[in-house]
Amino acid sequence: MTMIEQLVTSFIASGAFGILFNVPRQTLLKCGIVGMLGWIIYFLLDIEEVDQVLATSIAAFFVAVISHFFAKRYKTPIIIYSVAGIIPLVPGGLAYDAMRNFVENDYNIAIQLAAKAFMISGAIAFGLVFSEVINQMIRKMKFK
Amino acid sequence: MANQSNHIHDVIEICLLAGKIMLESGAETYRVEDTMMRIAASYGIHHSHSYVTPTGIIFSIDGIEPTKLIRISERTTDLQKVTIVNSISRKISSGALTLKEAYKELKQAEKANHAYPIWLQIAASSIASGCFLIMFHGRWDDFIPALISGGAGFLCLVYFHRLIQIKFFAEFLSSLLIGLLSLSFVKSGIGHELDKIIIGSVMPLVPGLLITNAVRDLMAGHLVSGLSKGAEAFLTAFAIGTGIAIMFSLF
Repeated sequence: MTMIEQLVTSFIASGAFGILFNVPRQTLLKCGIVGMLGWIIYFLLDIEEVDQVLATSIAAFFVAVISHFFAKRYKTPIIIYSVAGIIPLVPGGLAYDAMRNFVENDYNIAIQLAAKAFMISGAIAFGLVFSEVINQMIRKMKFK
Repeated sequence: MANQSNHIHDVIEICLLAGKIMLESGAETYRVEDTMMRIAASYGIHHSHSYVTPTGIIFSIDGIEPTKLIRISERTTDLQKVTIVNSISRKISSGALTLKEAYKELKQAEKANHAYPIWLQIAASSIASGCFLIMFHGRWDDFIPALISGGAGFLCLVYFHRLIQIKFFAEFLSSLLIGLLSLSFVKSGIGHELDKIIIGSVMPLVPGLLITNAVRDLMAGHLVSGLSKGAEAFLTAFAIGTGIAIMFSLF
């Protein structure tokens, strides 16, 4: 039940973000799919109690791979898909918790949470770049 | 000779126009540079240099013509325009467009306004807020409060951004509004978990596109644009955080 709930909400949320970013109409569904797959990978890893940072970077990696596939297939810029896919992974909740603790003068917890949010943003970036690097390596090997 | 120089002039014009549209619509820096150089190359100019930052484009061709500069003052997110210019540049590369046709198509792309209607954007942001609430393990009976405060926050952002030209202030005001609305929902007993409602409704304001672009630019070696986009993202995040923080310190 939770699984279906998460699938549906992440699909709708990513699609809605596509509208906010003005993506072309015919790519809205694919944006939703990328976002849904990325979030489900993260969610499953999180249930298995994999570390949040690692889970985020794996999910971001897959988002980038799927986006790359779509971008190649439909000859559109990759950014359309990767942005919609990344949005659910952004550590908004952690950043919020950190901010709240800062305001309540609970600096120890706040700094811990902020560091974690920073690490997760870095993990997203790492996942994206890692897939890019692998893609370039594959392309270069083909040329040789 | 005069003909040759005219040709070069037209090519520069087209490259700059394409670059300007892409950068104003939120494309990555490396894509803008790449597109401009590809267009130049397919019109027979193989030694061109483009230097793109979030606030301006410098484009130069080895030889006679002087270097051109374009200032970018307003940046929005319109990925559809990026897609259109991308496909025009593909057509140019395959040799399907003459200079004149390309210029006409780019001009059309610049003028076209195919943004989704504003009510649809607001509806999208409210629905996204509600969905994020569920994704962050919120309760279904908090769905409606998150829907309303997320939509109101985005409406406030759009309205104030038209009123005041400072983007960060508009973001600050809308996150303050989101905080106050969510608090009143919880106080009046309609909402239950304040934290979850606020996180859900703040998500449409989060600078996700900026962060992704900043990192990609940094990794591609565009250090200046990467850092400045990162600074913009950080300021936005900070504005949102401050709005929420002020709400908490007031109540």
